Amino acid sequence: MDTLNLNEPTSGSSTSRRTFLKGGGLLLGFALLGGTTTSVFAANAAQVTEDEVKAPFAPNGFIRIDPKGTVTLVMPMVEMGQGTYTSLAMLLAEELEVDLDQVQVQHAPPNDALYANSILHIQSTGLSSSVRAFWTPLRQAGAVGRTLLIAAAAKQWGVEPGTCKAAHGVVTDASGSKHLSYGELADAASKLPVPAADSVKLKEPKDFTLIGTPAKRVDTPMKVDGRAIYGIDTKLPGMKVAAISISPVFGGKVKTVDEKAALAVKGVHQVVKIDEAVAVVADHLGAAKKGLEAAAIEWDDGPHATVNTADIIMELEEKSKQPGAVARNEGDAEKALGSAAQRIDAIYQVPFLAHATMEPMNCTVHMQKDSCDIWVGTQVPTLTQMFVAGVTGFPKEAIRIHNHLLGGGFGRRLEPDGTVLAVKIAKQVDGPVKVVWSREEDIQHDMYRPYYYDRMSAGLDADGKPVAWTHRIAGSSIFARYVPQLFVNGLDPDAVEAAAEPPYALPNIHVDYVQVEPPGVPTAFWRGVGPTHNVFVVESFMDELAHAAKQDPVAYRKALLANNPRALGVLTLAAEKSGWDTPLPDGQGRGVSVAFIFGSYVAQVAEVTVGPDGAVKVNRIVCGLDCGLSVNPDTIEAQIQGGSIFGLTAVLHGAITIKDGRVEQSNFDNYLPMRIDEVPVIETHLVKSAEAPGGIGEVPTSIVSAAVTNAIFAATGKRVRTLPVDPEMLKSSS
Amino acid sequence: MLSPDFLARVNSTFPPAPATLEEAMAYNLKINGTAHSVDVDDDTPLLWVIRDVLGMTGTKFGCGAALCGACTVHIDGVATRSCITTVDSIGDSAITTIEAIGETPQGAALQKAWLDLEVVQCGYCQSGQLMSAAALLAETPKPTDEDINSAMSGNVCRCGTYQRIRAAIKQAAEA
Ligand code: FES
Ligand code: FES
Repeated sequence: MDTLNLNEPTSGSSTSRRTFLKGGGLLLGFALLGGTTTSVFAANAAQVTEDEVKAPFAPNGFIRIDPKGTVTLVMPMVEMGQGTYTSLAMLLAEELEVDLDQVQVQHAPPNDALYANSILHIQSTGLSSSVRAFWTPLRQAGAVGRTLLIAAAAKQWGVEPGTCKAAHGVVTDASGSKHLSYGELADAASKLPVPAADSVKLKEPKDFTLIGTPAKRVDTPMKVDGRAIYGIDTKLPGMKVAAISISPVFGGKVKTVDEKAALAVKGVHQVVKIDEAVAVVADHLGAAKKGLEAAAIEWDDGPHATVNTADIIMELEEKSKQPGAVARNEGDAEKALGSAAQRIDAIYQVPFLAHATMEPMNCTVHMQKDSCDIWVGTQVPTLTQMFVAGVTGFPKEAIRIHNHLLGGGFGRRLEPDGTVLAVKIAKQVDGPVKVVWSREEDIQHDMYRPYYYDRMSAGLDADGKPVAWTHRIAGSSIFARYVPQLFVNGLDPDAVEAAAEPPYALPNIHVDYVQVEPPGVPTAFWRGVGPTHNVFVVESFMDELAHAAKQDPVAYRKALLANNPRALGVLTLAAEKSGWDTPLPDGQGRGVSVAFIFGSYVAQVAEVTVGPDGAVKVNRIVCGLDCGLSVNPDTIEAQIQGGSIFGLTAVLHGAITIKDGRVEQSNFDNYLPMRIDEVPVIETHLVKSAEAPGGIGEVPTSIVSAAVTNAIFAATGKRVRTLPVDPEMLKSSS
Repeated sequence: MLSPDFLARVNSTFPPAPATLEEAMAYNLKINGTAHSVDVDDDTPLLWVIRDVLGMTGTKFGCGAALCGACTVHIDGVATRSCITTVDSIGDSAITTIEAIGETPQGAALQKAWLDLEVVQCGYCQSGQLMSAAALLAETPKPTDEDINSAMSGNVCRCGTYQRIRAAIKQAAEA
């Protein structure tokens, strides 16, 4: 049990604030006051609860307190590793005046009215927006709760609320002799009128006791002993499990299935055919997979059986010759290019990428006559509900989504396709069925980060300063499918994000976008979205300009950032901490990149070694970050480490290729993840800031690629313009 | 990179069962000190017996091909990929899963270090990481970086928690 206790009592004194109730799994808290100990809290030690908690005190969507003292904070955004359950709980707890170990958190049910993210206008966890979107609403929600609980105590004591104080879940009067716990006040507080969220007074940042501290995460104790429940862990009475096979060619259909052979496998109950897939339903996945193999499915490949990566690239190359929808046009870039002292042109390409979340796609569905239950881990519960309404014809209220901890999201779980597929299968199954994708299905039927093809041109004056900058991006539009209302006049704002507004002073700039859809290949958001692609291109090209101008890459950038003090600040910080000016041995190099993305300023310096065989080893990453006020600096550091590795994996290994309409990669032996023996040391240096918080989850993924490829250039003189890095190209020519 | 040694080792410890036409029979498995009888085909991977038949979901599925380590359990103390270990290859061996690893000194020290250093992100790989690390410490109480690389490079973490995993193993080794 000890391992579950995040905060051991600090002393053995009798007023120790909390202790464990042996064997009961309950975390009890005791008030410290007046020498008496009153039990005030009884939160589940698991700290993340699956079921919707009902409690009398529920002043808004986020706070639930019952008379036993269980404080539940409802999490509008999902936890997929980024630490949001802790950061968001900290925002609430700061103003509610409870400690993090006095609360449990609950997955929010689908409800846009209560839980929409104000940046995305829907209950969606993405775009590194959770803290940015909920920074004010959750502090207000916490303050509303505190105000009501104090008012209830003051009423009971017949004093002015202003004379009372709340701390650690207890209200005390002016003398400090009277105290009531939140549990004791829950009933009375629930009867008071709820003040408007914007009428309550929020704390000054200098008075924060929780925000800004490296608070322990609320979700981790249950993740080190097997208790954490992800969607794939769903267990229900009478539940069956299903393995699936989806047409290997995008858009193909089932032709023949040997049902008899599948049914002959011990433990197999049923073979379900839908247009695009076959599911074998069994007692356990061992049997289901064996049954699926026995089914020896044959496919009708359909119209995409000849799609190949090479053709997709050829089309991009061709179509990107034509002008696209203009994202930004200032000055006259064409003219300035013509009169520049020096002109530089380059083509950059980044590949399709799969998400490969550690938890493969899965969804459990129980279809009933007029309703259904769905157990899944999703970044978009309300959107999922809407899609299920589409395939079932049920009204929204009849579709109960039970959300879970996510074993990785990275954008994959912004797509309801896996749930839709599971529902189609479950329609033919009696009772609950859990559909689990194999890793092969997960990689071969992902929705992919688009292949982008970018044309860059710049003109430099006699001093090497850029006087013209053009950037044309060609590739699939995710917005056109996902949020068509935001795809206006052929411009995809995501595809050009961080390209249209580089942080530098660039006098004549023209950025445009050409939509080119790869036939059959579904595309989707991938960690870092537009910026992962664009920061790579912009920062690589900026490095090319520095080189053409015969200037140091850091100094060159600094000169262009004179009017952007926060960008200049992170660049200076990263350069200094990396020892930018100290020489490296032969075969090694340092590269830099800088950006303003997701509301945060970030710079990275990468150090690499390139072997004679072209093998790249990334030795060290130094990150300077200004993400405004930091809610939890430890989580930020963890995101810098993890997000950088996610990006490094893509730079060094990541490519999905298509041959004959099929994805060629299938598992971790040919879609390589970075492993522990490959990863560099990653150092994070935070700028102390009182600005509004910026996003973080996707920032390092976006910034790391150019730092690495620029470092490769420094080490070898070879410019990587196509990802992933190809060691063949980097081989010593001797 | 996944060490080929490692794969060879995993595969050779538990060779696939010879094909048989005999009727499947019930297998008796000793998991975390408790005996379980399961009636499944002899080539059923242990992973699905643990997760689906016995309902112990702490052990995770990640790849099904000994490439990610999410499904790691101990068989007589040896870190083993349960996704490719068939139920007929186990015999009387003692199986330990994440649910009981905290009862071993190494497991308890690692769990504490994992929380002290906040290793975990999404957490999905962490059962397997802890099982591999516990086997490492049982065999090599004071592992070097190289020891850590060779014991842990079979475990993928898509969240990229490797730096903290390394630090936490070292901290647990000092405990
Ligand atoms: S699931 Fe067994 S090693 Fe990946
Ligand atoms: S913590 Fe998410 S995969 Fe390792």
